[in-house]
Amino acid sequence: MTTLTAADSATPQIPAGAPVPGRRRGRGGVWRSFLTNRKANVGFGMFFVLLVMAVFPSLFTSVSDPTAPAKFTPRLTPSGAHWFGTTSLGQDIWALFVYGAREPLIIAVVAGGLATVISVLVGVSAAYLGGIPDDVISFITNVVLVIPTFPLVIVLSAYSGKPTLTIMIAVLVVTGWSYGANQMRAQALSLRNRDFLESARVRGERRSYIIVFEMLPTMISLIIANFLGAALYSVLAAAGLQFLGLGDPNSDSWGTMLYWADSQSALESGTAWWAILPALGIAVVGVAFALMNYAFDEISNPALRPVRKQRKLGTRRRTGAGTGLGAGTGTRRAAALAGGGAGDE
Amino acid sequence: MRYLLRRVGFFLLTLWAALTLNFFLPHFMPGSPINTLRAQTKGRVSDAQLEQILTSFGYKPHENIVSQYFDYFGNMITGNWGVSLGSSLGTPVSKLIGQALPWTLGLVGFTTVLAFLLGSLIGTIAAWRRGGIVDSVLPSVFVVTSALPFFVVGLFLILFLTVDNTWLPSSGNYDTSIVAGFSPGFVGSVLKYAALPALTLLITSIGGWVLTMRNNMITTLAEDYIRMGRAKGLNDRKVMLNYAARNAFLPNLSGFAMSIGFVLTGAILVEKIFNYPGLGYQLYNAVSSIDYPMMQTLFMLFTVAVLGSLLVCDLVTVWLDPRTRAKG
Repeated sequence: MTTLTAADSATPQIPAGAPVPGRRRGRGGVWRSFLTNRKANVGFGMFFVLLVMAVFPSLFTSVSDPTAPAKFTPRLTPSGAHWFGTTSLGQDIWALFVYGAREPLIIAVVAGGLATVISVLVGVSAAYLGGIPDDVISFITNVVLVIPTFPLVIVLSAYSGKPTLTIMIAVLVVTGWSYGANQMRAQALSLRNRDFLESARVRGERRSYIIVFEMLPTMISLIIANFLGAALYSVLAAAGLQFLGLGDPNSDSWGTMLYWADSQSALESGTAWWAILPALGIAVVGVAFALMNYAFDEISNPALRPVRKQRKLGTRRRTGAGTGLGAGTGTRRAAALAGGGAGDE
Repeated sequence: MRYLLRRVGFFLLTLWAALTLNFFLPHFMPGSPINTLRAQTKGRVSDAQLEQILTSFGYKPHENIVSQYFDYFGNMITGNWGVSLGSSLGTPVSKLIGQALPWTLGLVGFTTVLAFLLGSLIGTIAAWRRGGIVDSVLPSVFVVTSALPFFVVGLFLILFLTVDNTWLPSSGNYDTSIVAGFSPGFVGSVLKYAALPALTLLITSIGGWVLTMRNNMITTLAEDYIRMGRAKGLNDRKVMLNYAARNAFLPNLSGFAMSIGFVLTGAILVEKIFNYPGLGYQLYNAVSSIDYPMMQTLFMLFTVAVLGSLLVCDLVTVWLDPRTRAKG
């Protein structure tokens, strides 16, 4: 009986979507805010189009083996048969682009997802354990955070030879979790002494239960924002690696396309679309994730929402004038470390 | 003071961790460096010589790993970085780095400081005129620019500014037909060649500063002392700069230190795109020719750069913000 009442009193506390105290929102509220946020909609729309392209490339092009060389006449100008012309290696540029969407999206979802899982595990356990374990974990997190990631990624992939997709994802996960872990730790620390966790402890729940079913739901919007940031970082870093020729040169991916376009001087030799299309593709993925990320910042920090919105609060249409918290991927990570690194000590 | 000591301690520990990582990476990665090198040098260098070259950066397969480790530390600290195994085979790494360093410092250093100051200024104005034109248009633009990868921006700049007209060069660091020296022609040529790489770095990095500064300002403007300043009848500019911006700037400053790592990423990609012979380009070359000593040294230097700037910004923050002094 007592268990029941305790559980009941804890229930309304659980779905606190926003980390800002006094501004609690149901879990459904996070999604509702996401659906009514214009930046989120635009970002998700862009992502969705790319997703369809990656899953059903045959809807967009009739060529089924885009990387096969010398299939068509090299260096054709755009025409009805080849919308964006052909490469100097005799491949159809549009088909390369369509099939090339798959790998960046896989990297985004898998590397971003794994990095987020590690962030949550490390951050929450550091906060929950406290004391010396916390000091050790925080120190490791800060070290990984400070070491310049991209040079490390480059060096790692150079040492491991031409990395396969799996190795590349592994490298990105190893270097990409630390920023999120710091944030998770800070958030979990602020939750530690809340009443609803105390009541769960009093009614004798196991630690694992408290962490998974009581703490994590309250952190959902932070976790999502983190996933988006990690996914964005992974896509850009992977494309950068492939562009530098540190990917699998036979794979079909936008980064690899850029590498070939660059090494065949596409811009100067009349096959500019070879470079422009993948560059646009990467830019669209980047912008889509960044927009969704900023939308989540706005959702979790009401102070940052566009000013004009306040007048018509509750209406569906929102004039997206202002913008969310943070900065570009790098600086955003950077700024938070500064807070995390210096502030936690 | 205790705060400072902690920061210095963190600096040293992290440096040690990074150097250790740097040492063990080639040891634990698949494949032996000597095999890679043999393929790389195509038999031009004998095995004994190869081993001797490798020895200079800590590769001594017959020796105890512990003493290797200490030798490596000594070499890294004393600047005894071995010789390059890349295209300029046999040249000391320190010499190659000495040639590349000024170009990166000039290009990246200048651009980063410019982006930081300009971005913070725009962010301040955007937050001060909340809902105004600057605040409603620019942030959305900067969300987009800060999500663009360096090489995408670089490629488009080359495409739009250099392919059809030739007055801005897209490759190299200065016009080689001009004799290097402090002549107006040479300096002009250096500036001209730096224009596009600098623009690329500026476009991709300024957005972050605008957005963080704007958000810090919004938080700061809600503070009571801002209202107090206004109530005292101070003019707007004074409240904006001396009261709000000054406080909102502090978190940005620590962010600046961390952004050095981000900027180095940019330097690698941008220098590769524009064939600009700085440290990033060196790293690219080292990686593509599997030049182990060069890679190890550059990675060490990059880490030191990030850690060093972090430490400097900590010191500046302590100097600017009495609260950090009280906390320590």
